[in-house]
Amino acid sequence: MQLKKLVVAAASVTLLSSSLASADTLTIATVNNGEMIRMQGLTDDFTAETGHTVEWVTLEENVLRQRVTTDITTKGGAFDIMTIGMYETPIWGKNGWLVPLDDLSAGYDADDILPAMAGGLSYDGTLFAAPFYGESSMIMYRTDLMEKAGLSMPEAPSWSFIAKAAREMTDRDNDINGICLRGKAGWGEGGAFITAMSNSFGARWFDKNWNAQFDTREWSDTLNFFYNMMSDAGPAGFATNGFNENLSLFQQGKCGMWIDATVAASFVTNPKDSTVADSVGFALAPDNGMGVRSNWLWAWALAIPAGTQKEEAAKQFIEWATSNGYIELVAANEGWANVPPGARTSLYENANYKDIPFAKMTLESILTADPNNSTVDESPYVGIQFAAIPEFAGIATDVSQEFSAAYAGQQSIAEALAKAQALTNDAMEAAGYR
Amino acid sequence: MARTVTPQKKILNTALSWTLAIIIFFPIFWILVLSFKTEGDAIRTPIEVLTSTWTLESYSIVQERSDYLKHFTNSIIIALGSTVLGIIIGVPAAWSMAFVPSKRTRGILMWMLSTKMLPAVGVLYPIYLIFIELGILDSRTGLVVILMLMNLPIIIWMLYTYFREIPAEILEAARMDGASLTSEILYVLTPMAVPGIASTLLLNIILAWNEAFWTLNLTAAKAAPLTAFIASYSSPEGLFFAKLSAASVMAITPILIMGWFSQKQLVRGLTFGAVK
Repeated sequence: MQLKKLVVAAASVTLLSSSLASADTLTIATVNNGEMIRMQGLTDDFTAETGHTVEWVTLEENVLRQRVTTDITTKGGAFDIMTIGMYETPIWGKNGWLVPLDDLSAGYDADDILPAMAGGLSYDGTLFAAPFYGESSMIMYRTDLMEKAGLSMPEAPSWSFIAKAAREMTDRDNDINGICLRGKAGWGEGGAFITAMSNSFGARWFDKNWNAQFDTREWSDTLNFFYNMMSDAGPAGFATNGFNENLSLFQQGKCGMWIDATVAASFVTNPKDSTVADSVGFALAPDNGMGVRSNWLWAWALAIPAGTQKEEAAKQFIEWATSNGYIELVAANEGWANVPPGARTSLYENANYKDIPFAKMTLESILTADPNNSTVDESPYVGIQFAAIPEFAGIATDVSQEFSAAYAGQQSIAEALAKAQALTNDAMEAAGYR
Repeated sequence: MARTVTPQKKILNTALSWTLAIIIFFPIFWILVLSFKTEGDAIRTPIEVLTSTWTLESYSIVQERSDYLKHFTNSIIIALGSTVLGIIIGVPAAWSMAFVPSKRTRGILMWMLSTKMLPAVGVLYPIYLIFIELGILDSRTGLVVILMLMNLPIIIWMLYTYFREIPAEILEAARMDGASLTSEILYVLTPMAVPGIASTLLLNIILAWNEAFWTLNLTAAKAAPLTAFIASYSSPEGLFFAKLSAASVMAITPILIMGWFSQKQLVRGLTFGAVK
């Protein structure tokens, strides 16, 4: 009896130590937003499933971008998984800095990832990051103010309708601005918006020989249209407004329309934070009848830096976090309105999700965005609100600063465009494109 | 002859001082207010913010989501460690410059100060690569060393200014009595310079506590101090003002308390040598 107990105890210790030996602690760098914070809260489920534990490094988007770029370019190995976007993934994949995700298990159902997302997170046909959630941009508008103005929002409006509606909805006496848009400097803030908008006006960043195109009529039309509409119907100081400032204005009932990330739909319809939650409608981002709409495409995705010692555990985590199982886990814990949107086709076929007010428009916005054909005239780059080349972030930040200065009245639109043209051509020449 | 100050001038000076103090303190006051509001209330107009319900919700969420104690411990170790190490290196360096100056002493002091003028990001990559080579990335040891190096010019400059006020004859007398160099520094110089060393120590603890470039860029999950704790609540896409404010209050409270209790030493330290 004593011997039997001893054998059982020894076997248990062996089993425990072997399971502990195979359990890893993953360090994951991620961005601070609602979806990611929710994932952190559910990590215990992953640990219970696999035995691996997770340490989170949560940072503000721009700090995260700088931090993970430093680490991956120096092969620092500080992180086992990084949260990156559609801009970085093809560039880093091309450089061999990321582990290909072409061998995920059959149960993961990689074919279920929305084609637009899979395309934007691949290089040369190989997936390098798995989308955790995806987003496009769309119009969020006040149904009550639209009705008061005697207008009816089409499902796919034009820019001329939006400008007309914005001016008619504006009520300065009651602090209501017809439209709130991003004017803040930064390639991911006002730069992203104006680039996506310019696509629908027939503009593009570069011609096929990488020459800057800011001296074209299309860019002049875009900026003048934006400036005139915002001056007449936008909030004071719109040159410094980004996502958060506009979200705050919309939630306080001070915007008739807001064109921004689809992910904002869940914020403005949440009665806990939004005073206008029960009177918000959705429509596709506007166009100009040129065949390209002004919506963008973005995904926050999970990628594994090449050289990590914990590749297998990292892949297990990515499979867990970006699977249909995770979506069901969130739905069970926090309801279908809070599941990560825009990554999987099957979500939009799910009867439970179809009832969510913004689900249909989010999907349509994502499906109408094509990073490979984002401009009316052919362009040499991939990307809608950005050009997926390493130099873009720096150039676009400088260009957006010139545009913001024009919005603030510090220079004319023509001056801003001339400066943008010169600085972009200089930078592209220095980088060897021209 | 003492300058006479008219009552009008006195009132004007007082009003100006109070105005400046309120302007400087206002951001801290507003952070404190927002930390006791919900996210929905935190974005309303100032009047609505002040009259809306007060709640501990943000503190509760921050406490639940983050390991405050881990970040706090890291901050304490990094701030104290780098300062004490800096003082250990700075005292002999300042002694030699104050009491045995060479013709290059002034130049060396200016050169040390000039290193503070280099933008930190300019040396990020070399430092990062050195940290990888030494295996001290995301370690408290690494941060103690880098923050000590960053603050060393200030430490040496402050100590040098104090030591210059101490009569060299006292040290000479100690030497004539047979004191070795170590004894001279440890038992004669240091006790006389305690107020100066204390204010240098306090100022550098504050600088190290608030340092946010290296502490964010050289850490991941293990050694991240309170600066990383605050950064985790900032977001360009989503409103986290109330939670960010609660995290900020939790991060700055210890150093504010320390600053409050040691303000006399700090002021003395910062103004020493200014009035002869």
